[in-house]
Amino acid sequence: MNPRRQKRLVAVTAFVLLLGGAIGAMLYALQQNIDLFYTPSQLIEGIGDKKVKPEVGQRLRIGGMVVKGSVRRVPDSLKVSFDLVDTGPIVTVEYEGILPDLFREGQGIVAQGVLVDKTTILASEVLAKHDEEYMPPEVAEAMKGIKHVPPSQLYKESDKGQQP
Amino acid sequence: MWGSMFRWLDPYAKPETLYHLCGRLLPYLMGLAVFTLVLGNIWGLAFSPADYQQGDSYRIIYIHVPSAIWSMGAYSSMAIAAFIGLVWQIRVAQWAVLAIAPIGAVYTAIALITGAAWGKPMWGTWWVWDARLTSELVLLFLYLGVIALAGAFSEAARGIKVASLLAIVGVVNLPIIHFSVEWWNTLHQGATITKFAKPSIDPSMLWPLLVSLLGFALLLAALTCLRLRSQILMFEQHRPWVRQLVESKNGEQN
Repeated sequence: MNPRRQKRLVAVTAFVLLLGGAIGAMLYALQQNIDLFYTPSQLIEGIGDKKVKPEVGQRLRIGGMVVKGSVRRVPDSLKVSFDLVDTGPIVTVEYEGILPDLFREGQGIVAQGVLVDKTTILASEVLAKHDEEYMPPEVAEAMKGIKHVPPSQLYKESDKGQQP
Repeated sequence: MWGSMFRWLDPYAKPETLYHLCGRLLPYLMGLAVFTLVLGNIWGLAFSPADYQQGDSYRIIYIHVPSAIWSMGAYSSMAIAAFIGLVWQIRVAQWAVLAIAPIGAVYTAIALITGAAWGKPMWGTWWVWDARLTSELVLLFLYLGVIALAGAFSEAARGIKVASLLAIVGVVNLPIIHFSVEWWNTLHQGATITKFAKPSIDPSMLWPLLVSLLGFALLLAALTCLRLRSQILMFEQHRPWVRQLVESKNGEQN
């Protein structure tokens, strides 16, 4: 390789490595700010080495699995509350509004709102998260024993008295 | 070592040779691209089964995933061309940067728009500032930056050099996009097929996706050939071979 090319090669490589290193260091420093949401355990036990906990009144996002059997709807209104869990601690989310179609017990969700006490969040927005698995309904039923019923069908069936 | 390894590529550094190579490849690439895109999308949109969870909405995957993957693939190719153009000062490599940038930008825009259209019914929102969505948006800005910088100098060669540098530096963003869903918690789910494990998608849905992926790759290659040809003609317009080419074309028409 001739000296001029070599010089350019070194210059370009050094420039990219330096800038890449700088961006990498920046992202590493901002790691916790890049996370979209707190998990229930992070909310209750704190984040990082210093165990920093969010303060009551703080606006935040919480993400976790909806605990089975925890969804409580207030009759004659859109008010709903449910519990979220990841690995242990449970956080309660209260919300008034229409839940996304994918919202189910056992589903991952992300809620944005205000921390009203240590384990309760008053949410202004609830988003559904889904995983990276795609399969036809028959396969899902055979492999995982999951049968997802859309809400529209669920209510029809309960009207007929097939579901308690 | 380097010299002997890539010696076979040397003839293609000559604009005229590359122009004719692209011209020969173009009809095959374009024909195959149209065929695989039509096959993959009709198969995916009409014949593959609905998802157990998302129903028919998941079918946008047949456009979203290929465009997102190749928005990154196009960027890598552009950065490699920029690197060769900067270090070895090969002009056709520099022109390739200009040829690929707008195609990659459109792929990125398609990925972002189809992602938003998918996010609204499934997640409940068009957009959220999570790491995956934001880093893919940064990719769009990188493409636009490369295009803008290349045109921002009165001396074209200078613009290409600065744009190439930006293109190379932007490569840092590619691993960030790919690993964003692992490094941080995001609303966007993890990788379905681009991982060293069995794809987490049923084979009946995977095959049309793979065909569609191939289609987007072929389309990227075909459009790159098309644009590279016009870039070569533009930069070489005063050369005798281009004049001869134009004269012979005119002769055919008359």
